[in-house]
Amino acid sequence: MLIDWFTVGAQALNFLILVWLMKRFLYKPILNAIDARDKRIAAELADADAKRAEARRERDEFERKNNEFDQRRAELLSQATDEAKTERQRLFDEARKATDALTAKRMETLRSDARNLSQAISRRAQQEVFDIARKALADLATTSLEERLGDVFTRRVREMDGKAKAALGEALRAASDPALVRSTFDLPAEQRAAIQNALNETFSAEIHVRFETAPELVSGIELATNGQKVVWSIADYLASLEKGVGELLSKQAKSEPSHESKTAPKDVRKRQ
Amino acid sequence: MRLSPDEMIFWQHGILKLNATIVFTWGLMLVLAVGSRLITRRLSTDLERARWQNLLEIVVTAIEKQIEEVGLPYPKKYLGFLGTLFLFVATASLCTVIPGYEPPTGSLSTTAALALCVFVAVPLFGIGDQGMRGYLKSYVEPTFIMLPFNIISEVSRTLALAVRLFGNMMSGAMIIGILLTITPFIFPIVMTALGLLTGMVQAYIFSVLAAVYIAAATRTRKPKSEPVPDTRSNNEPKDTLWIP
Repeated sequence: MLIDWFTVGAQALNFLILVWLMKRFLYKPILNAIDARDKRIAAELADADAKRAEARRERDEFERKNNEFDQRRAELLSQATDEAKTERQRLFDEARKATDALTAKRMETLRSDARNLSQAISRRAQQEVFDIARKALADLATTSLEERLGDVFTRRVREMDGKAKAALGEALRAASDPALVRSTFDLPAEQRAAIQNALNETFSAEIHVRFETAPELVSGIELATNGQKVVWSIADYLASLEKGVGELLSKQAKSEPSHESKTAPKDVRKRQ
Repeated sequence: MRLSPDEMIFWQHGILKLNATIVFTWGLMLVLAVGSRLITRRLSTDLERARWQNLLEIVVTAIEKQIEEVGLPYPKKYLGFLGTLFLFVATASLCTVIPGYEPPTGSLSTTAALALCVFVAVPLFGIGDQGMRGYLKSYVEPTFIMLPFNIISEVSRTLALAVRLFGNMMSGAMIIGILLTITPFIFPIVMTALGLLTGMVQAYIFSVLAAVYIAAATRTRKPKSEPVPDTRSNNEPKDTLWIP
């Protein structure tokens, strides 16, 4: 008989005991350990997921802030650029104005200097011209010339127009002192007599005359009495000429600024 | 020549006897229990763990997965019974490399005891899962005429379980014994290695068949309320399996 029923029973009991032992010492602890590990891994995964979600959230937040920062920076940069442009334009305008003012001032100074120089040159030339003329006439003045001058003077006295003649006559008659006749050179007696005669005949009266020598007259004779004066000399011609030249120069000086003011803006624009 | 270790009796008093089958079974039980206790004394729940713990975890999870694949959706419930079946038969086969050892599974008494345990466990799990009425009703499915055939099937498959394991284990030990007398060098080693493989296969077959029987008992009436995927239905028919 291959089957021993006592052994069968014993083995069945042994097997059930073994089942209990295995459950007690093997399956339960091992499964518990596996479950604990699974839970731990699940917890760690959940934690990792939470951290990942947190990291994602923080990354989104960071990106949002970064975008805001970029936007803000761009705005500030744009604003600063605009302000810089405005400021540069303002400074440029100020500089241009200052340059214009400086240029205008410099031009004015240049014009003034030119005008002064021109006037000085004119005056100097005028002075030189008249000095040369005076010197030449003074060098040329001789006794014969003086005689000729005396003749001319007497003729002028005689040919005076009515009104001047009346005024001078009145002055001569009213004068308490003798009338003063001045000349560049000492007049000879014939000339003095001729002048005395001419005065007496012209004003039909005895005119008292006193003769003096006056070198500043250049070449000429002057009769002065009681505020009235009759003069004929080359200096008068020269003075008249000098006056005419002076008027001409002053007129030219006045017209120059107006001419320059029209051309000035063009120069400024060119310099820009 | 001994056909069974039952015949090696160390002590006997009346019907009580202490034969090699029981002694070696105790030895195996001692090895399994003490080994498990030693390894599981300091279990690590960290990701890093001891080599032996890793081995036991692999074994346990593999058994668990195998039970689930057979068609039992809650493997932890059956792990104690089916896992111990496998480990006991497998260890009994592995220990054949020890000189002087006689596998207790080479005794028809042991295999019969194990088959009886399965024979009792199947209805117990079936009743626990479906209730007494539901389980008993599975015997008259699809018609009442099938009742005797179902009962015969239950008995015959239990007998088949016992004889199959006994035959394989006994024959392995027997072949090695015969070969030792004919060619005492080298060839018995090869056959021993082959016997180890056969033993592992038998352990797998025994436990898987037990799992299939339990699955059949617990899932007989389920398709009416809870449809089962077609892929799993292949595990249910036991008669179509080819068992060596």
